[in-house]
Amino acid sequence: MGMEKQRNTGRMEIVRTKDLVYEYIRRDEEGNVEGITRAVDQVDMDIRQGEFIAILGHNGSGKSTLAKHINAILNPTEGTVWVDGMDTSEAEKVWDIRRTAGMVFQNPDNQIIGQVVEEDVGFGPENMGIPTKEIWERVEESLKAVGMYEFRRHSPNKLSGGQKQRVSIAGVLAMHPKCIILDEPTAMLDPSGRREVIRAARALNDVEKVTIILITHYMEEIIHADRVFVMDGGKIAMEGSPREIFSQVERLKELRLNVPQATLLAHELQKRGIRLPNGILTIEELAEEIGRLRKP
Amino acid sequence: MSIILDHINYIYGGDTPLAVKALDDVCLQIPDGQFVGIIGHTGSGKSTLVQHMNGLLKASSGHIYFNGEDIYDKDYDLKRLRSKVGLVFQYPEHQLFEIDVFTDVCFGPKNLGLDKKESELRAFDALRKVGLPADLYYQSPFELSGGQKRRAAIAGVLAMKPQVLILDEPTAGLDPKGRDEILDQIKTLQTETGMTILLVSHSMEDVAEYVDRIVVMNRGRVMYDDVPRAVFSHYKELEAVGLAAPQVAYILHALRDKGFDVDAAATTIGEAADTIQKALDRAR
Repeated sequence: MGMEKQRNTGRMEIVRTKDLVYEYIRRDEEGNVEGITRAVDQVDMDIRQGEFIAILGHNGSGKSTLAKHINAILNPTEGTVWVDGMDTSEAEKVWDIRRTAGMVFQNPDNQIIGQVVEEDVGFGPENMGIPTKEIWERVEESLKAVGMYEFRRHSPNKLSGGQKQRVSIAGVLAMHPKCIILDEPTAMLDPSGRREVIRAARALNDVEKVTIILITHYMEEIIHADRVFVMDGGKIAMEGSPREIFSQVERLKELRLNVPQATLLAHELQKRGIRLPNGILTIEELAEEIGRLRKP
Repeated sequence: MSIILDHINYIYGGDTPLAVKALDDVCLQIPDGQFVGIIGHTGSGKSTLVQHMNGLLKASSGHIYFNGEDIYDKDYDLKRLRSKVGLVFQYPEHQLFEIDVFTDVCFGPKNLGLDKKESELRAFDALRKVGLPADLYYQSPFELSGGQKRRAAIAGVLAMKPQVLILDEPTAGLDPKGRDEILDQIKTLQTETGMTILLVSHSMEDVAEYVDRIVVMNRGRVMYDDVPRAVFSHYKELEAVGLAAPQVAYILHALRDKGFDVDAAATTIGEAADTIQKALDRAR
């Protein structure tokens, strides 16, 4: 599994947080201070280059706030965040950091600006001052990596949600990041759109070795992740492989989360006295295990 | 009493070469009190469809009858229709704007011309129905969590006492518990008040769990219109149009392939567990 792969290689850290705290001040209509909310509370996190990381957590658990620190959209109130060795609180590093760790958001319509797909994807590298010839090479390889090359001359308006999100990912990819953070990229998509986006993210991780940090509310999407972090109240409440995390069905429900459907069905069958092992994640595994029970 | 859509076509960009037929000869009858799921890939016409039901979009041709009256009649009161057929949009929290939750929920009934007292009574009733804790009524809507904002927005529509409640992806962006809570609340509303519910959703699992009937839209047409188990038995056809069956259906099909005598048409976790348990009892 992923965990073992990571432990043995000892690759360098792409993202590291130490004692990370983020607080914001709440104000009323007149601007008077009403109180302080601690959205991220003492988070220590190490992510190695090439890992596929998933971050789960209920609405308001602090996961998006945490993610925004990796892209230097937010700066720590206390503690430190390093991206590829760069301290995100150093203002002059901001553009290097954003080039290293790109971000894809929930709503594809807010992220696409070009009139034509390839123009949109070329915008990032152009902005970085890359020579024209190389921009076109990057656009081509990025669109191919997410399976959108054949749509390069299309208008983004005519694409489906999943296709738009893949164009957004290609736009980030064209800046040659070492890490891509996807903040609920599938929340607004239909089932096939969700599949397309997750497949593209996995391919980037497998083939291009880009570190992926995926934030999602869909449990099925992360069964192939190397490691899962579960946030609650701004802290890391659980950490482990998908199998370790999803074997704790009741704990996850307490944290307002769930488990993949195959795991949920296995859990229901266990409750009815059917002897199945813990930690079933996929449809294939569950069918296999049930098949085994039939033998005399 | 019902909604009847009779040969509805909707074409936009009609006079241009870019004309698109967003709804293509849609015929539907929705009786009172039904919980209907509407599914389809992005751009299949499902949002366009529901926006016809409260008169927000007008069909290019065809008729819509609400409680026996043609809503396209010259003297038909569309404003009244919109209070009877309440539509909660995607990300409805973007439409919260008042200083506190309670004032926000009062906005709809006040706008219908009801007096202050009646509006407030309706607002209390609506907030109770969506299960929002009372200590939040006088908070700014912007301070609520994602799920609470969603409930406040639904309450704003409920306060107009609609007979039909249409929800366009009410759970998008919510955590799993938040999704279950909202859908449970909607189900309770339907059983307690007999309200008709139309739920537009991208979650096959949610639809399978809650609705009586599923309408599948594809390219502006009704592709299937049946009970969940019948619709999801077409899972290969659904995949071809960007949809899927609930995950459990795939588990059951995999078991059938292994020679298990399970009912592959089960669509919920409970039904799937039942049929697997029975099949195992027989096989041992």
